[in-house]
Amino acid sequence: MDNLVLHLDNINKSFGGLKALTDVNLQVEEGTTHAIIGPNGAGKSTLLNVCVGRLKPDVGHVTFDGQELTGKQPHEIAQIGVARVFQTPEIFPEMTLLENVMLPAFSKRDGAFRMNAHHQLSSQAEIRDEAEHILEDVGLKEQMLNEAGSLSRGDKRRLELGMCLILHPRLLLLDEPTAGMSRHDTNRTIDLLKKIKSRGMTKIIIEHDMHVVFSLADKVSVLARGQIIAGGSPEEVREDERVKEAYLGGAH
Amino acid sequence: MMNFTLNDTTRFLLFAAVILTMPIWLIPLGGGYPDLMQKFAIYGIFAIGFNILFGLTGYLSFGHAAFLGVGSYAAVWSFKLFTMNVIPAVLFGVLFAGLLAFIIGFLSLRRSGIYFSILTLAFAQMSYNLAYSVLTPVTYGETGLQLSQQDPRLIDNLFIEEVSTGLPSTTLFGIKMSGYSGFYFCAVILILCFFISMRIFRSPFGLMLKGIKSNQNRMKYTGLNTRPYMLTAFVISGMYAGLAGSLLAVTDPLAGAERMQWTASGEVVLMTILGGVGTLVGPMLGAGLIKYFENIFSGFDNNVLTNAFSFLPDSVAEVVVPVVGLFVGGGWHLTLGILFVVIVIYLPGGIVEGLSRLMAMLRKRERPVNGNMKPQDQPGE
Repeated sequence: MDNLVLHLDNINKSFGGLKALTDVNLQVEEGTTHAIIGPNGAGKSTLLNVCVGRLKPDVGHVTFDGQELTGKQPHEIAQIGVARVFQTPEIFPEMTLLENVMLPAFSKRDGAFRMNAHHQLSSQAEIRDEAEHILEDVGLKEQMLNEAGSLSRGDKRRLELGMCLILHPRLLLLDEPTAGMSRHDTNRTIDLLKKIKSRGMTKIIIEHDMHVVFSLADKVSVLARGQIIAGGSPEEVREDERVKEAYLGGAH
Repeated sequence: MMNFTLNDTTRFLLFAAVILTMPIWLIPLGGGYPDLMQKFAIYGIFAIGFNILFGLTGYLSFGHAAFLGVGSYAAVWSFKLFTMNVIPAVLFGVLFAGLLAFIIGFLSLRRSGIYFSILTLAFAQMSYNLAYSVLTPVTYGETGLQLSQQDPRLIDNLFIEEVSTGLPSTTLFGIKMSGYSGFYFCAVILILCFFISMRIFRSPFGLMLKGIKSNQNRMKYTGLNTRPYMLTAFVISGMYAGLAGSLLAVTDPLAGAERMQWTASGEVVLMTILGGVGTLVGPMLGAGLIKYFENIFSGFDNNVLTNAFSFLPDSVAEVVVPVVGLFVGGGWHLTLGILFVVIVIYLPGGIVEGLSRLMAMLRKRERPVNGNMKPQDQPGE
């Protein structure tokens, strides 16, 4: 088990009196898909926020491939190779789909800041080709000159996924990538995520939909009230009594 | 190297042609004299630069007059100390405005939205008040910075021995910068500025600035450090303002602190919004319109109106003239205000949006007539 690439060590985070995360320890193996499930308010999104630098943990460390992520700025963490798909798609609604995907490509090529005002977008054929390629992968190439704001919610998510993929991240964090999607759209997204599984990037996925979890995940961790209460292969977790209890709660 | 599309090339050539032929087509509009056209060009530069910040990043600065003022002071000092040649004056104006923009931008860009606007406004008012108080040795306070015969003019005096009476005038290697030569100098710089602005709009850098306006969160999680991008945009637009300020000093070599007042900052905001925020030609249109109103429209008095309405019967004209008179002459602010309100409400994209809507409407109307459709193909006929 030497190829553990992401380590969350003893993460604690509280908001005022509310303990959102308590002593969370998590290791993710390189190239696998790790699902985090749990009831609403369990702290799943907080956990992702800690990973990408949106929140700083009160106690604990996040390391990725030997690099300390705790305390780094979001853009620094992204440059290390951590990309995130948000629960509500974070895209550039006023731009075309093509521009939406070209912009991250410049970030990948030029880094966090480069004064490239003397170049012209139209002369960046390589970036444009790559962007078109990614848009084809996520199934949006026909609409690439449309404004991104006009897309349906499902398409926006796919676009955001494309914007993350063109960064060639080593770790991709997906926050409920299929929430609010129709069954058809969900299945399309699962297919897409399976396709990129072969590219060898590590993925963490937060999901409510068990169908999605069991289709994609190699490992599952269960988060409840800010603590990891169970972990293992999808089958093991499904049979775990504590998990059933956490999901059903005090309902009976 | 053909880096921009044909569309942009034609747009640029059209812009250059319209600017250079201003002395011809402005005559029937009553604005064909060099002083005014120079103002159009200078405030066009100011607004085009302002639009690089406001139009692309969405950060609304209320303090750009400070850079205009610093540009003027730097240019006049260059006239006093070194030479009456305008090139060093313009370079100094741009340089000092850039430096000030770096400092103000560095501090103000720690906040966004209304707080950013307030910070820039505060810094500009601070500059304005400093120019009147502590910095009087540099700015000459209320008198304003003026040329005098005792000025050292180190470089000029190396070449010219004879002492002339009266104040020297600004030159471009011997060409006096007054009248039409002054206008063409400003016009060429304006066209250059438009070109640079167009290149920025079409560059990856411009795309980043649009990204900042659109979604800063996504920028951060995409690995982009937004602060240096915004600061660069701020400094560039500050330099444009400094350039405009130095050109004001070229046409009339004196600089006063009133150029830094907040009303001047507000004016460039109005110009940009009126013309069309984030469009290439919008700011120029807005600047031209406001300066036209200020200088020409304000000159229409009741005599002009009586002449204009002389075709009407006297009984009607006696009613019409005073009513219209409210909106012209001294009342030009009222007309401009109404125009501004109407544009902001109905055309958030400014004059440019209005024009493109008009074009679309005309095209729609023309198509059935000029198109290749046979009469029986036309629906509903």
